[in-house]
Amino acid sequence: MRLTLERRDSTGMAGLLLSPLLAVALTLASSIVVFWALGQDPWRALNVYFLMPVSDFWGVQEVAVKATPLVLIAVGLALCFRSGNWNIGAEGQFLIGAICGGGIAVWTHGWGGPWVLPLMLVAGMVGGALYGLIPAILKTRLRVNEILVSLMLVYVADLLLDWLVRGPWRDPFGFNMPQTITFAPEATLPILFDGGRMNLGTVITLVVVAVATVVMARTLKGFEIKLVGEAPRAARFAGFDDKRLTLTVFAVSGALAGLAGVMEAAGTVRQLLPGFSPGYGFTAIIVAFLGRLNPVGCLIAGVFIAITFIGGENAQIILRLPRDMTLVFQGMLLFYILACDTLILYRPRLVPRRAPA
Amino acid sequence: MTLAEAIFLTVITASTPLLLAAIGELVVERSGVLNLGVEGMMIMGAASGVAIAIITGSSLLGVVAAIGAGMAMAALFALLTLGLATNQVAAGLSLTIFGLGLSGVIGAPFVGVPRAGIPRIEVPILSDIPVIGAIFFRQDPFVYLSIALVLGVAWFLWRTKAGLVLRACGENPVSAHALGYPVLRIRFLAVLFGGACAGLGGAYLSLVLTPFWTAGMTAGRGWIALAIVVFASWLPWRAMLGAYLFGGLIILQLHAQSAGIRVPSQLLAALPYLLTIVALTVIMALRRGGGQVAPQGLGRPFVPDR
Repeated sequence: MRLTLERRDSTGMAGLLLSPLLAVALTLASSIVVFWALGQDPWRALNVYFLMPVSDFWGVQEVAVKATPLVLIAVGLALCFRSGNWNIGAEGQFLIGAICGGGIAVWTHGWGGPWVLPLMLVAGMVGGALYGLIPAILKTRLRVNEILVSLMLVYVADLLLDWLVRGPWRDPFGFNMPQTITFAPEATLPILFDGGRMNLGTVITLVVVAVATVVMARTLKGFEIKLVGEAPRAARFAGFDDKRLTLTVFAVSGALAGLAGVMEAAGTVRQLLPGFSPGYGFTAIIVAFLGRLNPVGCLIAGVFIAITFIGGENAQIILRLPRDMTLVFQGMLLFYILACDTLILYRPRLVPRRAPA
Repeated sequence: MTLAEAIFLTVITASTPLLLAAIGELVVERSGVLNLGVEGMMIMGAASGVAIAIITGSSLLGVVAAIGAGMAMAALFALLTLGLATNQVAAGLSLTIFGLGLSGVIGAPFVGVPRAGIPRIEVPILSDIPVIGAIFFRQDPFVYLSIALVLGVAWFLWRTKAGLVLRACGENPVSAHALGYPVLRIRFLAVLFGGACAGLGGAYLSLVLTPFWTAGMTAGRGWIALAIVVFASWLPWRAMLGAYLFGGLIILQLHAQSAGIRVPSQLLAALPYLLTIVALTVIMALRRGGGQVAPQGLGRPFVPDR
């Protein structure tokens, strides 16, 4: 007997929604086995990972704080992936956005006005977009592999941030700690509710999700993105310029990642320091796939992944589980999504091995 | 030993993990599969290798475990991309994320536990030749193995029928299938070979280069190995050249730092990554006139129609 795949005649809408839910269920089932193998009480562990983070309003706000950058980056990545462009350097674009915006906060410290914050947000977006355009230009001009270039640029951005906060931008009164000054009030995003950390960035992200939904579903650009990704030849015959589209989606996803970076700096952390991103740019890749490369899907998936992020931190403290456990679950989740997606497109079937001729 | 000899020695040790991972991935890509999970397989090899070596006290068992871990990760990738025909880019990325996480969990009890490295092999007589002897005949077993692998892969791909069939699967899987070759099985074996090589490269990192475990110790080497394959135009000998070039850069950067050159250390640390981009760009610019390009079927899932 051997396993073969047969293409299904039609793929229903139900299957499209069923696949991520099935993937989540399979991940939960697998994590129960993993917890049990590690000698933990599975139910207690699941409670810590998935329920504790949303058990009160403060916790919900924390989930929103974590979900905001994830959703924002994932929406941009979804545009890229949909059109067959593999931008996996969002982490670098995120950091460059934080550096560009944060640089303005450091520069204007002490003499800024209400114009500082808008300028920071724009600078973050422009910085992220330009950084994202590097792999895009190399891809369209010389067919250089965009996966490798965008990824290498993550390490470069990481080291640039490290140099800045240890060197020119170090807080002169910071006891030699590698960090910038704490941003002035006019360089920070306003908090939405007293006592929490949820800020205006969450609102901006929701607006972006709404705009992206309309663009994808109702405009020619959205159609072009989907067509180039699914049928590049047909798109070329239809007169769409796939090179220009590559530049556009990289610029947009870079800008969104950059915006996420500057909002993380100005809204949540309120200064720059090394390693200030817990890998949002990479996790957003999982969010984009879990969200079916659809903006609203990314929103739901981002919230779910944010819960596991906080759950992982809780588990580290309460259950003494290694922090990397979260990465294991995230990787597992992505495996299951990909596998479930195949089951939508193909029907697996056991067939008897052919007799040797 | 002179300074030049010492530098050559360290270049070879820095290059070997890159070469091991790259030569494996080269075979995988020649069969038409793009496995972006090299980093994940490598770090799993590093973690499993050091864990088993410490538990059993045997470096050899550690190496075997590392190869096994790399192959297990590769099998997982194969199940998704070959068995279920999923997107290879996405599956490779998840393999890397999964591997980075799982290696952290496996390695947690062994962080910073020191152990003895693997001794070098001195080839009698030849190792006494001045300069060349020290560089080429007083290495650890991995270095010899990596060179043997390059030789073996070059011979296999271009001098054997099996190698020809493997390349056919990468160039045109539909035709290879029509001729009656089991495309998926051949690709599966290639992916397993790639996993074994990546695991071995990981073992070199945690057992020889730095004889202890730290989380995330591959530090992007798996990705550089992927870049080397492109840089090498999918040719084994050029992969060897590329690996030594990149290894040389890493060492150059370390020496520049210790020599007190007045450049920020972060800039030097960023050099291998920047130069990867420059190298890829230059190679693609040169190749515009023609020449060897990627296997035609690279990265595209293949589903036999019956």
